[in-house]
Amino acid sequence: MIAELGHFALILAFMVSLYQMTVPMVGAAKGWHGWMDSARPAALVQLILMLISFGALTIAFVTSDFSVQLVYENSHTSKPLLYKISGVWGNHEGSMLLWVTILALFGAAAALFGGNLPPSLKARVLGVQAAIGAAFYAFIIFTSNPFWRLGNPPFNGQDLNPLLQDPGLAFHPPFLYLGYVGLSMAFSFAVAALIEGRVDAAWARWVRPWTLAAWVFLTIGIALGSWWAYYELGWGGFWFWDPVENASFMPWLLAAALVHSAIVVEKREALKSWTILLAIMAFGFSLIGTFIVRSGVITSVHSFANDPERGVFILAILAFFVGGALTLYAARATTMMAKGVFAPVSREGALVLNNVLLAVSAFVVFVGTIWPLVAEMVWGRVLSVGPPFFDQAFTPFMIVLAIVLPIGSIIPWKRATLGRSLRPLRAALILSAAVMMLVFAVSTGHSALAVIGAGLGSWLIFGALAELWSRTGKSGPSRLLRLPRADWGKAIAHAGLGVTFIAVALIQAWQVEDVRVAQIGEPFDVGSYQLVLRSVERHDGPNFYAQKATIEASRNGRVVAVLQPEKRVYPVQNMPTTEAAIDYGFLRDLYVVIGDEQPDGGWAVRSYIKPFANWIWGGALLMALGGLISLTDRRYRVAAGSTKSHVAKPVPAE
Amino acid sequence: MKGAIRMMVVLATLATPVLAVQPDEILSDPSLEARARELSQKLRCPVCQGENIDDSNAAISRDLRLYVRERLVAGDTDDQVMDNVVERFGEFVLFEPRATGGNLILWLAGPVMALLGLFLGLRFLRTRNIAGPDVPELSEDEQRRLARIMEPDRGD
Repeated sequence: MIAELGHFALILAFMVSLYQMTVPMVGAAKGWHGWMDSARPAALVQLILMLISFGALTIAFVTSDFSVQLVYENSHTSKPLLYKISGVWGNHEGSMLLWVTILALFGAAAALFGGNLPPSLKARVLGVQAAIGAAFYAFIIFTSNPFWRLGNPPFNGQDLNPLLQDPGLAFHPPFLYLGYVGLSMAFSFAVAALIEGRVDAAWARWVRPWTLAAWVFLTIGIALGSWWAYYELGWGGFWFWDPVENASFMPWLLAAALVHSAIVVEKREALKSWTILLAIMAFGFSLIGTFIVRSGVITSVHSFANDPERGVFILAILAFFVGGALTLYAARATTMMAKGVFAPVSREGALVLNNVLLAVSAFVVFVGTIWPLVAEMVWGRVLSVGPPFFDQAFTPFMIVLAIVLPIGSIIPWKRATLGRSLRPLRAALILSAAVMMLVFAVSTGHSALAVIGAGLGSWLIFGALAELWSRTGKSGPSRLLRLPRADWGKAIAHAGLGVTFIAVALIQAWQVEDVRVAQIGEPFDVGSYQLVLRSVERHDGPNFYAQKATIEASRNGRVVAVLQPEKRVYPVQNMPTTEAAIDYGFLRDLYVVIGDEQPDGGWAVRSYIKPFANWIWGGALLMALGGLISLTDRRYRVAAGSTKSHVAKPVPAE
Repeated sequence: MKGAIRMMVVLATLATPVLAVQPDEILSDPSLEARARELSQKLRCPVCQGENIDDSNAAISRDLRLYVRERLVAGDTDDQVMDNVVERFGEFVLFEPRATGGNLILWLAGPVMALLGLFLGLRFLRTRNIAGPDVPELSEDEQRRLARIMEPDRGD
């Protein structure tokens, strides 16, 4: 009964979206206010219906209603409650339902908080948003319906893939989807602006917070996924350039570019048509990501339950929206005249360079991701494109980006002289050089990777600090706390990028690895630590069997950690997994994995020392935090265009 | 007891997972082993999805790891090892596609796009540097709306 209610609500939401994509659009074209205003209640009703629908599926999972096929295929009564809930989106149908629910959420948010938008723009934004919704409702109802019943409900379910039964992964998809789908707002605003035929500073001011929010969610989602891979897959890798990772990384890069180019539109009324194009492409890549994951055209660890028919459907949605938007763009882009005048060496120029670097690096990731497909279709070559390619093709852009970032973010708008702009950065430059020398001195192999990565990372961090300092001007540190939150957000996000840079370089350059047969009670050395395998015991969980080892790690004769790695078997899915034991530390992680028992005694043990591992995700969190702080800046809080009428004084250009 | 029997049955019916790099595979010569590890990072497990043979638990990855070490011990250079591996297992196992034939497009796509992007960016910046044609002023109505929308700018 509850499942049918959810099914019914889903179909109703589809109907409402059909209304919302047509009536307000016609209203906006004809100037009929009643028709335009009906978009608002429609968007809210859509959200309520989708909450009912999603709630119904969640109830089916929580109560283990195995008469629903999807629950039978992805759940089990003995599974912990958390994973019964996360099982809702741990499969194709449920994750698509989450996708549209979030789409409806963003639509409703735009309807609620868009009070200051010009009525026609608002009606069109909500209309485009509803059109995307309609396409995906149809996709779910006709190809991926989560509410199908089974004629003879089985006694128990088939359980969820054990790799997915993990807290880090339980929340990784919702965040990613908030990011992917959040970019639909930028897309809807871009298409609405193209239909309206005007883009101005106010438009950028409306679009930017949505994009920034989407980017923050994407950052958190990607970081969670990467952290999960680090502790769950058993060898401490954190990024694999897997097609599905790339699918989330491309929109992230483009959203980062969009956040920056929208600043230029907002402040200087230039880069308008490029910003529109970026908004279309960013969401286009979200759709491509959905296509890659759901169609299974590119094999990946992530692709569950994929099928070509669904792939074709998503490809059609992608072609319609991106193709349609680009056609509209081709017809209308020339009407968007840039106004601002500025010299190449200026903040504007730096932001153009930022956009070139981010867009080209996203392009490189894209080409590398689809290349196996292209090579097979065109030349019949079955080949792979993996980490060695991306490391070589992608990294140079990041290096250039890191070198110019602190300079670009401090030089003045309109016209700048490099020499004078660089003055506040002198201390940052000296400190980074010092860090480079320190790293050079302590790294045994004199690894270039470690020196360059740590140097660039510290340059980013110190550069961000120097910029904050220089903004206080003559009033000194007392002004620091009174700086606009946007300044703080910017500095924290840029410093976060620096932290991640340092971590990625040092973990690769300084990692210590040890693979051996360990005898119980016999100590062995790994780096500066001494490890002893104390025991291996049976230890069973709610839905798995395990063998748990106890390994003691000591340094200079003092025990620093007792690690308990496990080898698990999930009988329902017949799948073995390894659970690494990690002693997290500020400067290093100790990472231990237990392997098989050896025929002639002892156990295979792999242990790693992973320097600065936590900094990878710490940096990502700082980036997200910077974005959040920026979102609370006064100019977004004071609703863009408060009804309190200001005296019409000309806005100072500088 | 019942649990132990079930556990044994489960373990017996499973293809015993062979963990990534086993202690018995490691070569006694550390420099050869280091080279083997480096090459392993660039080889893809043929049956898993996107894992290199170093991290993979599949039996065929173990075969590949042992084969790489065998060739290294026999005195092959890194390139020769890779050639031999490709001959046996096909191009698919290479994570770093060779820059030959059509693959040149893949390798050149980034640099070419970067140059194009820089060129277009510079051209755009040059057009912005000269005072453009006067843009029609906003109408009085639009001015008022704009003033309402934009709170007094910080002007930075």
